[in-house]
Amino acid sequence: MSTLILLLATGLGLGGLYFLVASGLSLIYGLMGVLNFAHGSFLTLGAFVGLAAGNLVGAGTWGGLLLGLVVGALTGAAAATATELGLIRPLYDRHIEQVLVTVGLSLATVALFEGIWGPNPRNVTRTEWLASTTDVLGAHVPNTAFLNVLAAAAVLGGIVAFLRYTRYGLIIRAGVENRAMVTALGIDVRRAFTLVFAVGGAAAGLGGVLATQSLNYVSPHMGASLLIFAFIVTVIGGMGSLTGAAVASVVVAVLQQLANFYLNNTGDLIVVLLLALVLLVRPSGLMGRPA
Amino acid sequence: MSGPNVLEVRGLSARIAGQQVVHDVSFEVPASGVTAVLGRNGVGKTSSLRAILGLIERSGEVLLDGVRVDAERTDRIVRRGVGYVPEDREVFAGLTVAENLRLAERGGSTAEHRELVDTLFPDLVRRAGQRAGTLSGGQQQMVSLARALLNENRILLVDEPTKGLAPRIVTEVAETLAAAARTVPVLLVEQNLQVVERLAERVVVIDAGRVVHTGPARALLDDPDLVQRLLGVSAGEHDPSGEEAATTAEAGR
Amino acid sequence: MTRASTRLGGLALLVLLACLPLLALPVPGVLPGYTYEPGTLQLLALCWLTAALALSYHLLFGVAGLMSFGHALYFAAGIYGLAIVLDRTDVPLLPAAALVLVGGVALAFVVGAISLRVTGISFAMVTLAFAQAGNVLVRRDQGDLTGGEEGLALATDGVPAALVGVVNTRNLYWLALAVLLVVYLVVLWIERSRAGHMAAAVRENEVRVRIIGGRPYLTKLVVFVLAASLATVVGMAYLLLQSGASPATSTADFTLTLLVMVVLGGVGSRWGAVVGAVLYTLLDQRLAELAHSEAVAGLPAVLRIPLSEPMFLLGTCFVLVVIFLPGGLAGAAERLAARRRPGSDRDGSGPAPGVPAPEGAVA
Repeated sequence: MSTLILLLATGLGLGGLYFLVASGLSLIYGLMGVLNFAHGSFLTLGAFVGLAAGNLVGAGTWGGLLLGLVVGALTGAAAATATELGLIRPLYDRHIEQVLVTVGLSLATVALFEGIWGPNPRNVTRTEWLASTTDVLGAHVPNTAFLNVLAAAAVLGGIVAFLRYTRYGLIIRAGVENRAMVTALGIDVRRAFTLVFAVGGAAAGLGGVLATQSLNYVSPHMGASLLIFAFIVTVIGGMGSLTGAAVASVVVAVLQQLANFYLNNTGDLIVVLLLALVLLVRPSGLMGRPA
Repeated sequence: MSGPNVLEVRGLSARIAGQQVVHDVSFEVPASGVTAVLGRNGVGKTSSLRAILGLIERSGEVLLDGVRVDAERTDRIVRRGVGYVPEDREVFAGLTVAENLRLAERGGSTAEHRELVDTLFPDLVRRAGQRAGTLSGGQQQMVSLARALLNENRILLVDEPTKGLAPRIVTEVAETLAAAARTVPVLLVEQNLQVVERLAERVVVIDAGRVVHTGPARALLDDPDLVQRLLGVSAGEHDPSGEEAATTAEAGR
Repeated sequence: MTRASTRLGGLALLVLLACLPLLALPVPGVLPGYTYEPGTLQLLALCWLTAALALSYHLLFGVAGLMSFGHALYFAAGIYGLAIVLDRTDVPLLPAAALVLVGGVALAFVVGAISLRVTGISFAMVTLAFAQAGNVLVRRDQGDLTGGEEGLALATDGVPAALVGVVNTRNLYWLALAVLLVVYLVVLWIERSRAGHMAAAVRENEVRVRIIGGRPYLTKLVVFVLAASLATVVGMAYLLLQSGASPATSTADFTLTLLVMVVLGGVGSRWGAVVGAVLYTLLDQRLAELAHSEAVAGLPAVLRIPLSEPMFLLGTCFVLVVIFLPGGLAGAAERLAARRRPGSDRDGSGPAPGVPAPEGAVA
């Protein structure tokens, strides 16, 4: 029983990380039709810069972590905004080329990060509380899981509120449905593009700093490995659906944890099988609109 | 306040997925009244409207109030004062009626416009919180019209507003358009010749992507032979598709 | 150029390439040494196999418009499949290769049948997910089959002696060249066949193909399986050349580099894929050497770090090509040729040559 609780809790924590990456991917794809391969780099950059900022205040302190999270999110947002304005916008509506550009950017930036910070993972210093566990009904749940879930819930709530209550949110929701009609109402939808990139980049940057706390290391490749699962989550949830991404994040991560423990470390394979199954039954994903 | 023509189209061509669907189309829309664009299904009427707005790849000249706008982005052109009521309504199904309307307000819309819309479409006021996707076809058309009428426009581009609607609703839509046309010129794509007869002063007939006839609406509708030849239907006949239309219908899709 | 003269040129080039191991040509700056030296031949053979692999990806992406992010799976299946069969059984090379090919075809059929249920970007992601599963399997080393991160050395017992060892590099060179030639001819044949024309039609407009009675799903599946089989064959030759299997060949990044090669060369162009792959392989090799050179080591960090990362330079280069050189090298060559022939159609406003029309671009 306590094992099951532990697996569910760590699964939820991992799901929170997946969601922080997948939410941006899903929004960007839903509005712009762009699959953003550089999203993992926003995460990695956010992690490195965020940690460096946190270390200025003090490694392993709450103040340092808080500053790290803020700086990580801002870094992710800045990198994403620059990418949208500099590389995506000039290729307006040429989706294949836009994807190719993000592919090139991801290859180039990962190499650059390796050059700057070295190819190998580096350990991080966590606060005492985050490095320890909490007893939940007999299970020793790592405290990072709580932090991840809390952050993911806050980001989900924030994005939902933004989409529901602001004019740009309205434009984004309408644009996901029918972008051409939004422009035909006299709205410059490109500003919304930059905005979803910024929001997605911020979530990824935040996720990057959080991931360093869960993994206990920071590495130039952490973005790429999380990105692949975020892609799977996005497809399973339905491309462009935020709720779909949230549900699929939890399902995928929990399933992964369960399979890793009970089925001989087969979590990653089970996730791919789940993806195949979802596609056979519902090609548009759990909550996606039929194409 | 401006020349006699609010909209001039000169040598407009357009492509969809590399295939030319509008060939060298030219016509004018005077600063008042309704100009109807007629033609069989799939001859390029809808594509012409979309090309004017820059929603599809185009070449040629488009002048709004005498100013070239054909190099501008769609949203810029619309903000110059173009109200667009697209074919198949294109309301945002996941948004509420109120959100659909709020999205359409271009900043220039005044309390006056909102009042006008509320008077014209009392049903929409009652259904403000309802998702547009759950409305009937007629109600969706009201949302689509209301989105255009919320703003101060120089011209309305209205694409088949009566398509697929019940006769009673067709009359309602026609009345709304007639009311709108008293204050702003309308370029109307329409298959229902009774609606054209009621609203339009001038007609532009398009066939296979080209303008084949322009002139007063009366002169065309009073000449059954001409109607038969240009549109493939008898004047007064309701069937909006026309039998011969089927052969050309696929061309633009 | 007429078709006959093109063919003659191609044949002459082939003869020249086949004779390289017998010649002592230096190509300073491009090749590490004289053309008969094993190191040089090894690099050139790697170029030919990479080009063959890029051609198989060209069949998917350029001809059928299928942007797969999981093509490495079938390449790795060839490498690891053959390595495992040779390692674990006494089956000689040729029957073993046939067995692995059958396995590769079956794998491609199953994965293709599932992934082709979705199109566009979703297809790309699903193929990526399957390839990732393959990568996980290889790294996990279940039952000591794949050697995990260490990789797997080639068991040479079943391999003819002429294909083993540094002294026989020239034989491996000829093998690589033969594989490239065969793959090129097969791709050419498929492109000119009914299936190839159908695939191109599906790429342009799937709905229209369905209307005229074609079966887009089946066409795409056939091309998918053919491209994957070619990748499997190239993988097996790659194993012999490198005399070992490494997990890097099964990663998503490896597929992405194939995409980079094909786009650099020009999407939709066979020669583009070959040139893109050769250029990429040479650049990768030369840039790695540059990275470790003293000239770079002496530079300030702002310059030294970017210059010491070949992938950074290649990735940046790729981004610039996508933005500023639509149609890649083949597209640029075409434009140049068109400029030499005055009066020909030089309409630059249309979409870039050979780039598949984005799905859903017309809303």
